[in-house]
Amino acid sequence: MKASPKTNGISRRRLLGGAAAAAAPAAIGLSGLLSGRGSGPESALAADSTATNGHAGHGEFPHATFAPGATVDHRANGFDPTEVLRDFDYGKTRRLPGGRVLREWTIVAHDKEIEVAPGVKYEAWTYNGRVPGPTLRAREGELLRIRFVNASEHPHTMHFHGIHRAPMDGMPGIGEMNGGGQIEPGEDFTYEFDASPFGLHLYHCHVAPLASHIARGLYGAFIIDPAQGRPEADEMVMVMNGFDTNFDLANEVYAVNTVGFHYINEPIQVQRGGRVRIYLVNVLEYDPLNSFHIHGNFFQFYPTGTSLQPSEFTDTIIQGQGQRGILELEFPFDGDYMFHAHVSEFAELGWTGFFRVGDPTKLTAAAAAAAYCELPWGKGEGKA
Amino acid sequence: MEAGAQARRGAGDGLPAWALGAIPLALIAIAIGGFALLGGPGLGERTGPPVEEVAVERTVLHPGEIELTLRNDGPDPVRVAQVAVNDAYAPFVAGDGTEIARLGSTTLEISYPWIEGEAYEIFVLTSTGGTVATSIPVAAETPEADAGFYGLMALLGIYVGVIPVSLGMLWLPFLGRLGRRWMSTLIAFTVGLLAFLAIDAGLEGLEIAAAAPAAFGGTGLVFVGALVAYLVLAGIDAHLSRRRQASGGSVSSGGAYLALLVAVGIGLHNLGEGLAIGTAYATGALALGAFLVVGFAIHNTTEGLAIVAPLRGGADGVPERPPLSRLVGLGLIAGAPAILGAWIGASAFNPSLAALLFGVGVGAIARVIVQLAPAMRDEEGRLLYPATVAGMLGGIAVLYLTGLLVSV
Repeated sequence: MKASPKTNGISRRRLLGGAAAAAAPAAIGLSGLLSGRGSGPESALAADSTATNGHAGHGEFPHATFAPGATVDHRANGFDPTEVLRDFDYGKTRRLPGGRVLREWTIVAHDKEIEVAPGVKYEAWTYNGRVPGPTLRAREGELLRIRFVNASEHPHTMHFHGIHRAPMDGMPGIGEMNGGGQIEPGEDFTYEFDASPFGLHLYHCHVAPLASHIARGLYGAFIIDPAQGRPEADEMVMVMNGFDTNFDLANEVYAVNTVGFHYINEPIQVQRGGRVRIYLVNVLEYDPLNSFHIHGNFFQFYPTGTSLQPSEFTDTIIQGQGQRGILELEFPFDGDYMFHAHVSEFAELGWTGFFRVGDPTKLTAAAAAAAYCELPWGKGEGKA
Repeated sequence: MEAGAQARRGAGDGLPAWALGAIPLALIAIAIGGFALLGGPGLGERTGPPVEEVAVERTVLHPGEIELTLRNDGPDPVRVAQVAVNDAYAPFVAGDGTEIARLGSTTLEISYPWIEGEAYEIFVLTSTGGTVATSIPVAAETPEADAGFYGLMALLGIYVGVIPVSLGMLWLPFLGRLGRRWMSTLIAFTVGLLAFLAIDAGLEGLEIAAAAPAAFGGTGLVFVGALVAYLVLAGIDAHLSRRRQASGGSVSSGGAYLALLVAVGIGLHNLGEGLAIGTAYATGALALGAFLVVGFAIHNTTEGLAIVAPLRGGADGVPERPPLSRLVGLGLIAGAPAILGAWIGASAFNPSLAALLFGVGVGAIARVIVQLAPAMRDEEGRLLYPATVAGMLGGIAVLYLTGLLVSV
């Protein structure tokens, strides 16, 4: 609960809050994915959402959140969800005789304690020391080689979603005669397959008990770009996950990219009018469904990313475990826009964040009030 | 014999008795201190993760805020990390810090817009990811502990304790008209009443103790309380008998003395009853209404009857005509603890203390039954014969039936 920067601004913010509720459906209906149309209503809306993020004028419980003060030590964790967002691991490439590209990675499984909510430690199992594991990114048609080293105390595998031969499936009981199948502690194995089909996929451990090996953190996004590429965009990866910290087969903390409410504390900065592409993967264990919803905006949705034509223009999608898809959107207005699971329980247990469009420091209460006065229904009231 | 005497002489020769007592104590202290300083040599590390046991001792609701008092019940310190109400993380402030040492406690002030009448499930997430769960079956604002509140609780205590017990004692003249042969049946009726109250208090105590921190004894507190009360009353009884013997009085207990004992036993029971009422009121689980007060009045009126029964027929069998002041005193001893119980229950409820108090009530009643029993004997010295069995069954039946009116 931050103090309001201007004490006389509270009543105005409340006024603006009402205006935003009335104006939002109309604004979205009119503009859709179009970029901003200048000052006026947009500024008023943007200013209001910024005020919301400042927690002013909304009582003591504007939205579920962790206890104030404490934050997660990303340095100790070894990864920061803000960096995980735009961190794509392209591996190392070289040309094979005949011109085909060979792309190689080395992935090491470690047992590692990570902080999933301020002050809450979890004994995770990780790929390359982070949860989610590195976002592996390749291009359609390349030859991929992933050397997997098991430095964990437990047997693991890397099971990729994609089209490949059975011994490369990372499935215990299959491929042991070739050194594959279940990889025991201290052993290693190199998976090799073609990058196919293009789209957004995932990889995870497939050792039994499967639920526990996935829930412990052994998963990551796996992107195969189409041969011709996709249009330029501000790209980011969101892996929807959760943590059963007390091992009762139900999650206590929900998140995108592991740390609950991280993007509340550090909103995702994006440009107004620029194309944003979200690679969204659901790996959540113990709950049958997860979802993604964005405030004040709509997105084009490409299920599994396997088609270049979107299937739907929407603001909410549902995913079961292993389902994934690509979201493309533009933010027409400045301000802070919440995104969260539209499973309210998950949202309030950590799976909530903000997009921050533009520079919020330029959005003063005075500017917002002035913009409000320009609205047809705001005449006179803004001067009060 | 000879060798033993020599050995005694050899071991303690020349030392005062207090030194012989203090030396082992000092050696024990040195051994324990050394053991602790060296970190338990030879025992190695613990074999599992830290054990976290936390009990929620008290839940208080204010507008927009839920207050939980946590007690660390386990062997290791516990650090509170986050709190969720109905599966939503909520901001909170820890009154005595988030780290709770063994047997230590802290109070979490959780900001949450709770709604009256709704149910809430709360879990506290510790630093290891463990959870401590508690629930609020029906949310209602916890009353402020001001003068008006204490006045209300006092009034409630008077309604359910003092007035009904006093009313029950008005049967004394009626008992005086009853024939001599009714005496044993009346005492048996009282014994039946008391046995029912003891069982009732015991079960209530065990139920409360189940939620209390195990480190303070948990359910064991009920039994400890009962044993302590029984032994203390027996000791007092023995002391008073000797004094009375010395002053030339009757060895066996007189009617007035038995009546006092019954009043004390019932008073301790009513302390527990007040506690239950006060707690229920504070958590909003109690509808204060005429029905409840009337129910308690009928229920507790029989307790007044139990107090005056020995006055009609003490062990010597001579009807007594006690002064009014003594009757009032007996009524207050039996009824007024309900006021105290209501105060404690509504303002400073602690499950460990409550379990102990219920146990004390059980022990006191058990002692009173033992004191009363001889007065039930017939000429042949039998305790159980048709008249007394009927009396005891009657006592149990009356409390059971009137108890149906007042399930708190």
